[in-house]
Amino acid sequence: MYVYDEIDQRVVDERVAQFRDQTRRFLAGTLHEDDFRALRLRNGLYIQRHAPMLRVSVPYGLMASKQVRMLARIAREYDKGFGHFSTRQNIQYNWPKLETVPDILELLASVQMHAIQTSGNCIRNVTADHFAGVAPDELDDPRPWCEIIRQWATLHPEFSFLPRKFKIAVTGSPQDRAASKVHDVGLNLVRNGAGEIGFEVLVGGGLGRMPIIGHVIREYLAPRDLLAYLDAILRVYNMGGRRDNIHKARIKVLVKAVGPAKFREMVDAEFEKSRDIAPVLTDAEIARVKSHFVPPKYELLQDEDVVTGAGNEFRNWYQRNTRKHKIGGYRAVVVSLKSPQRPPGDITDVEMEKVADLADQYSFGLVRSTHDQNLILADVRQQDLKAVWQALQAIDLACPNIGTLTDMIACPGLDLCSLANAGTLDVARQINERFDNLDYLYDIGDLELKMSGCMNACGHHHVGHIGILGVDKSGEEWYQITLGGSAGGQDAALGTVIGPSVAKNDVPETLDRLICVYLEQRVESERFVDTFRRIGVAPFKARVYAPADQAA
Amino acid sequence: MPQLIRQRKFVADDWRNIDDDPTGRERALIIPFARWQAERDQWWLWDGKLGVRIGPTDAVEALERDFLRISLVAIEFSGIGEGRGYTQAQLLRRRYQFTGEIRAVGKVQRDQLFYMARCGFDAFELPDGADTAVALTAFDDFSVKYQDSIDPGLNLRRRAGT
Repeated sequence: MYVYDEIDQRVVDERVAQFRDQTRRFLAGTLHEDDFRALRLRNGLYIQRHAPMLRVSVPYGLMASKQVRMLARIAREYDKGFGHFSTRQNIQYNWPKLETVPDILELLASVQMHAIQTSGNCIRNVTADHFAGVAPDELDDPRPWCEIIRQWATLHPEFSFLPRKFKIAVTGSPQDRAASKVHDVGLNLVRNGAGEIGFEVLVGGGLGRMPIIGHVIREYLAPRDLLAYLDAILRVYNMGGRRDNIHKARIKVLVKAVGPAKFREMVDAEFEKSRDIAPVLTDAEIARVKSHFVPPKYELLQDEDVVTGAGNEFRNWYQRNTRKHKIGGYRAVVVSLKSPQRPPGDITDVEMEKVADLADQYSFGLVRSTHDQNLILADVRQQDLKAVWQALQAIDLACPNIGTLTDMIACPGLDLCSLANAGTLDVARQINERFDNLDYLYDIGDLELKMSGCMNACGHHHVGHIGILGVDKSGEEWYQITLGGSAGGQDAALGTVIGPSVAKNDVPETLDRLICVYLEQRVESERFVDTFRRIGVAPFKARVYAPADQAA
Repeated sequence: MPQLIRQRKFVADDWRNIDDDPTGRERALIIPFARWQAERDQWWLWDGKLGVRIGPTDAVEALERDFLRISLVAIEFSGIGEGRGYTQAQLLRRRYQFTGEIRAVGKVQRDQLFYMARCGFDAFELPDGADTAVALTAFDDFSVKYQDSIDPGLNLRRRAGT
């Protein structure tokens, strides 16, 4: 993984000093609350329902075991002993004290971490495919490019006060696991006719109040122009994006208003005009960053059959929670943060330390976070899988449900977030209780359930095969259901609302009815979302809104 | 009175806004962009120094033909969330090669100065009541930078040795 040099270290160290001074001035009353708000948000610090919330950046989801141990220590010493992994591959703490945040940032800086630009109207954490570097279908590793973009975006003098937040994702596989089509900018690694690596550039995708799939504005962008072209996009957005209405300020609104074709012309014109002043990404810099992402020293191993003769539990876990690796004899292991009693994405200090130990012992000392709120040990020898499984099972991180309905994404919701309209954690618990039979879950198969507690869509509900959106109806929590969304690759789509929202306690029953329709209608090995696309919303709608005595 | 920082020092302001000095007795006047557009020809031969004050939606490229005559561009900020002025300064300095003073005016706050200076601002009007004691250190908040910009400093390109 990328290791800081002296420059990188100075940036985070000086950021700590800067924020310590800002906090001191705020507490002393010489820095106005509104100004401090804009500044603390740039360090990921929100003032939430019960306490501040601190969001720590995990660039493209990659962490060294040493960093994970530090996250555990912070959870223990500055929070209530747990952290929450978010859909941006970051980790959030829900109970730090404002005055201790500079100390937390200092601890983070000591292990080459930070909270820079994890919030606020600036360029946010750059995300990537969580199987980067190990996926068999990968064209090129997106992480060096993410790191280059991270550095370019950090404290950018011109683009640190944008109309609204700005999210970039990079993916290196045709099967887009980074949801690049629903980002402000999505970069897909491609090859041109001459076989050279470059980027397909998408712009203006997003979720939130105006969910929309991004538009391709460049079919092939050469690596040397990557930062120059991003500069051009950001400059057009910084000058043209709306600042009069926070809900219309994202780049997608600008792209929609002028039209993707016109937007493309504007960016191309800006790109051409700025050739003399734009940054050039040199081969030397690309090589320098790439040198940090060389593959680990894999052993020469053969794929082996580790499931024959193994018990059902291990077999289930192997099938659901491990993935094919590009190197023979290895598997990638998904560490499930979705066991029934656990709020999705939550992990305790002790669990984090155990995962760090497992990473050291079995996976080259690295841990990844995923945008669907799990962790990954990416390089586990197949011969070690049983040991890893047992160790994870002992700490409740081996729930064999990855990719199933209970591997759901959920934002923290009304329990913790001051933006939320409705709770998500209760609903997640109810769903877990209702769908507690693994055989039934396996029969249902791959199903992405995504839940947000408000329109801001941190839980990505629009792109769930089943999406659940919490809404407030005269002070009561209700839930709107969408079907048929998808975040990935060629079939990225936004879900269709099935009808009026349902009451909190009716959510599990509603899901049950949706699943019944699917099980009755599916053909062969169709996934839920495939069946939905084939038969449309009507049969689902009819069942969900049928009176109880006719629904069965 | 706002406090003026120029070249990292607090200095007395030798410029006046035209509305504060309608008779033009002062020898350095700042004229709002719209009025400058309308009255450009009549001011051209006036024997004092001229500056133009622009808002976030004013197009800096319109000023390029005026660089022989104007020696200051004041860029307005309505608050910490207003970010267009950074691009305006960047374009003035780097694309259009304006060499006069670029001044940040309006609600300018200490913690913006580092970014502003890197975009080409060299003068800053801090509003009344601003905490002047801590302002001058803002330029040194960071000793290293990742981006190429008008100021000397480490950046991607130099770091890569080209």
